Amino acid sequence: MTSETVIPKPRASRAATRKTRRLYIVLAGMTMLGLAAGLVLFAFQDSLVFFYTPSDIVDKDVKQGQRVRLGGLVAEGSVEKDGTTVRFVVTDFAAELPVTFTGILPDLFREGQGVVAEGSLLPDGSMEADSVLAKHDENYMPTEVADKLKESGRWQEGGEQ
Amino acid sequence: MMHRFANPTRFMRVANAILPWAAGLTLLFLGAGLYQALFVSPADYQQGETVRIMYVHVPAAYMAMMIYAGMAVASATSLIWKHPLADMIARASAPIGAAFTFLTLLSGSLWGQPMWGTWWVWDARLTSVLILFFLYLGYIALMNAFDDPARGAKPAAILALVGAVNLPIIKFSVDWWNTLHQPASLVKMDGPAIDPSMLWPLIFMAVGFTLFYISVGILRLRAEIAGARIRNLRLGLTHG
Repeated sequence: MTSETVIPKPRASRAATRKTRRLYIVLAGMTMLGLAAGLVLFAFQDSLVFFYTPSDIVDKDVKQGQRVRLGGLVAEGSVEKDGTTVRFVVTDFAAELPVTFTGILPDLFREGQGVVAEGSLLPDGSMEADSVLAKHDENYMPTEVADKLKESGRWQEGGEQ
Repeated sequence: MMHRFANPTRFMRVANAILPWAAGLTLLFLGAGLYQALFVSPADYQQGETVRIMYVHVPAAYMAMMIYAGMAVASATSLIWKHPLADMIARASAPIGAAFTFLTLLSGSLWGQPMWGTWWVWDARLTSVLILFFLYLGYIALMNAFDDPARGAKPAAILALVGAVNLPIIKFSVDWWNTLHQPASLVKMDGPAIDPSMLWPLIFMAVGFTLFYISVGILRLRAEIAGARIRNLRLGLTHG
């Protein structure tokens, strides 16, 4: 009788240790993996961004002729249309950069709206874009609500670009 | 508690009782959600009618990530505690998750063309979701790569765990780096940035998708358990 009650005990605890060891191995593995992924992403930060802001272009001293994606808001009152050629200024409220583009603009393109223009820098510091994409913000609301917000003066143009 | 339901027979008894309810509620929520999304909810002040793609895109993306998170937890449970049911849950979930990820990519592409002006860009959000899709496909391929399904379970579980690193990257990609994809509207610090008239149909659709996953998941799990029993019987016949 006594042998029956004594024998299962060490077996159960050995199984428990194996489970605990596996738990620690998985936890340690996941921590190391997370750390490695974090370091890699941190190191490649500059190439993981989809676009540069006008300030980035100034800071990073982008050379003329180099292809670059520029993102920011279309400055209010800056859009000039001349046939299919459009001129506008992209701003991040710290720096701004004039852009020229010939072609069809996306429906959402308008003043105060986020855009991403891809092209190369010209000697005069402006950009010749060959594609313009519209960016939209995270706010969704019906037109009536947007109008009411504008009326009551609680409208925040540009949001969190 | 966990051991009680880790028994496939007992688990299936509970799951079979849930199934008709989950299936009925799926139809109810998806029907009500789609009607609200397509006919009742208003057009967006900027995007117009195109915003209705959101009611499929956002819940599909949420499911794609939640199912993967569930698979990762199940895989860890299977690796550490060797519960037979945990593996089956992960195996049953993978194709459903892959389908939701594909739906996310497809609806996002169809939405991006009219709004952004492009079907696809290689920004951090879109690329990390594409990687999630490949992780699902890799998991499915790996677990089927062995003649004995029990042997495929361990490598597939490790792949699912390794791939879980991608989940926070998807979620925070729009905050860590600038992307063409807009930042989060629903799960963010200062509450949802979606008008209530649009938020409710979205919630209905998300609940409907979740119930759909539960229903199809139970059906697939039932097939997994039946398959395992047949394999055991065959082994018994050849060895006995």
